[in-house]
Amino acid sequence: MLRVFRSKPKYVTVRSSAQQQPSKIDDDQPERAKKEVPDNLWARCEKCSTLIYNKEMEKTKHVCANCGYHFRIPALERLRFICDEDTYKPFTPLVATNPLGFPGYESKLEQTRINTRLDDAIVIGTTRIHGYATVLGIIDFSFFGGSMGSVVGEQLTRGFEYGIKHRLPVIVFSGGGGGARMQEGIFSLMQMAKTAQAVGKFKEAGLFYISILTHPTMGGIYASFSSLGDIILAEPNALIGFAGPRIVEETTRQKLPADFQTSEYALHNGMLDRIVTRGDMKDVIGKLLSYHLR
Amino acid sequence: MSTVFEWEKPLVELEDKIKELRTFITDQGIDFSQELTELEHKAERLRKEIYEKLTPWQQVMMARHPKRPTTDDYVKLVFDDFIELHGDRTYRDDQAIIGGIGVFEGEPVTIIGPQKGRDTKENIARNFGLPHPEGYRKALRLMKQAERFHRPIIALIDVVGAYPGIEAEQRGQGLVIAECIEQMSFLKVPIICIITGEGGSGGALAIGVGDRILMFEHAWYSVISPEMCANILWKDSSRASEAASLLKLTPTYLLQFGIIDDVITEPLGGAHRDHNAMGLQLKAFLRRYLTEIRKIPIDELVAQRLNRFRQIGQFQERALPNLEKDGD
Ligand SMILES: [Zn+2]
Repeated sequence: MLRVFRSKPKYVTVRSSAQQQPSKIDDDQPERAKKEVPDNLWARCEKCSTLIYNKEMEKTKHVCANCGYHFRIPALERLRFICDEDTYKPFTPLVATNPLGFPGYESKLEQTRINTRLDDAIVIGTTRIHGYATVLGIIDFSFFGGSMGSVVGEQLTRGFEYGIKHRLPVIVFSGGGGGARMQEGIFSLMQMAKTAQAVGKFKEAGLFYISILTHPTMGGIYASFSSLGDIILAEPNALIGFAGPRIVEETTRQKLPADFQTSEYALHNGMLDRIVTRGDMKDVIGKLLSYHLR
Repeated sequence: MSTVFEWEKPLVELEDKIKELRTFITDQGIDFSQELTELEHKAERLRKEIYEKLTPWQQVMMARHPKRPTTDDYVKLVFDDFIELHGDRTYRDDQAIIGGIGVFEGEPVTIIGPQKGRDTKENIARNFGLPHPEGYRKALRLMKQAERFHRPIIALIDVVGAYPGIEAEQRGQGLVIAECIEQMSFLKVPIICIITGEGGSGGALAIGVGDRILMFEHAWYSVISPEMCANILWKDSSRASEAASLLKLTPTYLLQFGIIDDVITEPLGGAHRDHNAMGLQLKAFLRRYLTEIRKIPIDELVAQRLNRFRQIGQFQERALPNLEKDGD
């Protein structure tokens, strides 16, 4: 039994003001990650600056009670919000190698594994949500910006294959998909094809896939499996797009719209089915699963 | 306008000297043929020395050479006929990608590919060969049309990336690329993808899923451009040459990694030095690989295509538990 479901998280995420605006976060800047502070402190809402007691944050699932701002949360914590208690069973853990011999990649992987207690940027397994059995994958921003290298690509592919084999739906939270794992070069790029094909085969089998976009879902993650859901949901105020806002700004030398690449922008432009708050997410998923029983 | 790279200068100087000597011989009627032969041998040696040992960054520069043949040059050089077809039937015709039906050795094929301009005016019209979502939608439309009429697809890829623009994002650049990749993977027609110049990230992969993936000798293919990689690593895009080495983006590496199937050699000094020779070379490779994959039953071919990508990735199973476990 994983302790994930029993213990409270030791840390809460607080981002500095430089990271407040979704437009300041770039898919090419995976290291601009969270700062962690012990849980006996207050957190400041990045949008409305309200001080929130961390005990309060627990209850609200890390959503500001004042303005509805959704803080970024670790994948393991999201598991607790989504899964029925004691039902999550992880897949065989995989770890990255260094296929290009990229300098410093191995040591950075090692350090990140220690810091995050994750194997790579994805947490994936089977679970039940409101009683419905499903495959569930969650990408975690704290691991190389939630970027997709060989491990994320392989685990997701196994997820869809498991779904086909056991006739289960698949739910993926592209929670902080920072795009490509640059250190894996072409291998990272090819995971876009691999995962898109896994989704394709899964759909051919007549099965149901919900893709949920959370802050930020960018680059190669957005341009592959996460755009291919039968239903695509997003949390409010997530950054969603292909090119990073900084790149867009530098290339076009135009001022970006205030809501550029937000969930609300994507919904308005017809790229999403719905925006769903973290508080409602589990119920909405449960309802959608109940409509697609196999 | 002629572009001479720094590392080519000694060769270009020598070639100029040879030209001068030739003119001198013709004009003056004096026999310097021995000297001429010697110089030509020297040039030949120098050419090999320079072009067979290009650094990854020099490779990238070669792929971007302004005189390098573009997609429609290859269309003219390789196919007997071509009728261009326009538009995505939804929004507009994106001239950064061209597509249509051509004839290859008597058989109709569908050809698609990003199109760079040859001068400023054309580059503006073609957005420097950086496609918007409607460009990819056009490509996908033409690929599905090819499937309907059992035409093989030839994708000629030369693109630094999908256009990072406000409207491109608004119209779903990421979604469209995902759809292209997914749908191309399952098309029941033979597909050959050829990276002729630049193969930059998802913008290249969107039309890069095929049964045979070939690459020109002086082309590059990676998840990110060297400039962007350098920008991320060191906040300094001028260190792109170092990044190019780290990314292992040359055909030699990609062949070794099993990402591509073959390397199409270029005339010594690069495709831009001899368009016709490059066209003939491409034609020979296309003939060979098209003949090869046409023999494979289509369901088998699609299965092989999917299996190829399924196998890509390097990882290990982790033996020891990382998450804390309870005693029970
Ligand atoms: Zn707030």
